[in-house]
Amino acid sequence: MEWEVVIGLEIHAQLATKSKIFSGASTAYGAQPNTQACAVDLGLPGVLPVLNQEAVRMAVKFGLAIEAEITHYSVFARKNYFYPDLPKGYQISQFELPIVGPGHIDIDVDGNTKRIGVTRAHLEEDAGKSLHADFQGLTGIDLNRAGTPLLEIVSEPDMRSAKEAVAYMRKLHELVRYLEICDGNMQEGSFRCDANVSVRPKGQQEFGTRTELKNINSFRFVERAINHEVERQIDVIENGGTIIQETRLYDADADETRSMRTKEEANDYRYFPDPDLLPIYIEDSLKAQLKSELPELPAAKKERFMSQFGLDQETAGILTSTRELAQFFELTVEASDNVVKLAANWISGDLIGALNKQSLEITESPIDPVRLGGLIKRISDNTISGKIAKQVFEAMWHGQDSADDIIEAQGLKQITDTGAIEAIIDTIIANNPKQVEQYLGGKEKVFGFFVGQVMKETQGKASPAEVNKMLKQKLKK
Amino acid sequence: MSLTADDVKKIAHLARLGIDQQNIDNYTQDLSRMLDLMTQMNDLNTDDVAPMAHPLDQQQRLRPDEVTESDQREKFQRIAPQVENGLYLVPKVID
Repeated sequence: MEWEVVIGLEIHAQLATKSKIFSGASTAYGAQPNTQACAVDLGLPGVLPVLNQEAVRMAVKFGLAIEAEITHYSVFARKNYFYPDLPKGYQISQFELPIVGPGHIDIDVDGNTKRIGVTRAHLEEDAGKSLHADFQGLTGIDLNRAGTPLLEIVSEPDMRSAKEAVAYMRKLHELVRYLEICDGNMQEGSFRCDANVSVRPKGQQEFGTRTELKNINSFRFVERAINHEVERQIDVIENGGTIIQETRLYDADADETRSMRTKEEANDYRYFPDPDLLPIYIEDSLKAQLKSELPELPAAKKERFMSQFGLDQETAGILTSTRELAQFFELTVEASDNVVKLAANWISGDLIGALNKQSLEITESPIDPVRLGGLIKRISDNTISGKIAKQVFEAMWHGQDSADDIIEAQGLKQITDTGAIEAIIDTIIANNPKQVEQYLGGKEKVFGFFVGQVMKETQGKASPAEVNKMLKQKLKK
Repeated sequence: MSLTADDVKKIAHLARLGIDQQNIDNYTQDLSRMLDLMTQMNDLNTDDVAPMAHPLDQQQRLRPDEVTESDQREKFQRIAPQVENGLYLVPKVID
């Protein structure tokens, strides 16, 4: 039987505020345990939450960026459950009136654009962390993370493959970083993903029973976890079994999903409006103000890069994947006096390659746009060949000198004196009569030998095109 | 009677309240009476009434995004039953 996969994602993005959503404690990552957990975060009696205005503004910005309806009137609710890293016994979240209503995100998969619906996005507080290392058989609790603002972004079940799910997740990741509302650091848990996965016979209208995959915190794991779960579900059904609605945990080491808790003790969260918090009103004036502050968004920037610079879709996609990279590219183009193609190739190729090798971000690049632009200028005006340019790039990577300084100091200038090249060619032809004979006898491969000799003699400083042209002429005689 | 004894047991479990078996009937009756009182509202026409999220007719005050709290871990942990390496210790929880 042919199966269709149905996937919906819930993404938790930690908002990049300085303080927590309902308290004035710091949200900085990596502090000593419980040094950033104040009385409000600990759920001590007699405290009251006070909402952080920046968290509200960030949520509205996100909503505007996905062309969503921003609610005029939004309410916080208590989601009740017991777990030691949630000291109050409830999480302050939103239920009936989330701050961001239906919107959408467009993804590109295999050259096609597909629109994925975003059902809603709501504000809530993060929980603390449980450490299950051995404390005499007890569990250690660190509440530094408790109260960190989260935006939970819920998609429609619109994705039909793990690949689409990853594409959606990447798009969202790109967007929250463009908006500077989340640092997107998945290792530190700033951007987390749960996936609802089900299968149904192709053509069937109603959805199959879904399972929820938790704890999948890298793009690679999302794809693998979903594919595994799909296989497992199909296996179960084809062997006459039924899927149980449950939460499953992805175990990256074993590369499998396993049951976490059955929903027999159904998550009965008993939501109700939090009496400690009043409703929030989002005025049109705030929306208009935040809209005017939005940066150029990834999709628009990609379009512009294609039309303004004539880049193909793939290159434009790479260069706009982060705001910083896009800016790096534009500054390089400027510094190179608008040598767009070479700038695009050098950044998406050599530079990104070198950065990846050392796990550096574009903002940590040893070569800045001005120096890279200077190098590109010298390739474009034929001062150096592409091959020599790689040598100069290498020197720039390890030092502070400009391309011009390096070319000058190492004598790398391309030989433009055709007389000099001609003399070298004549000598080589005279010294290698056997190869000349072979070439003239039809063994065209020998041509490469001559090019190699000339390059060796000129230390790679002759223009390859020029050498080819002159050699062909000379060898005809 | 709007609640059953099983409902009461379930609610008690969800709220992690220990209740004596012998009191369940009493609780069931008491809670049911409260709910019945509220169901009187079902007889009212509320078509034109906006649902109320809070009894105070005001909106939430927002605070600027500033860190105003300093580290008071030592003070807070003095009242905790058990701590180690700055962590609060609790009975083992297994997922």
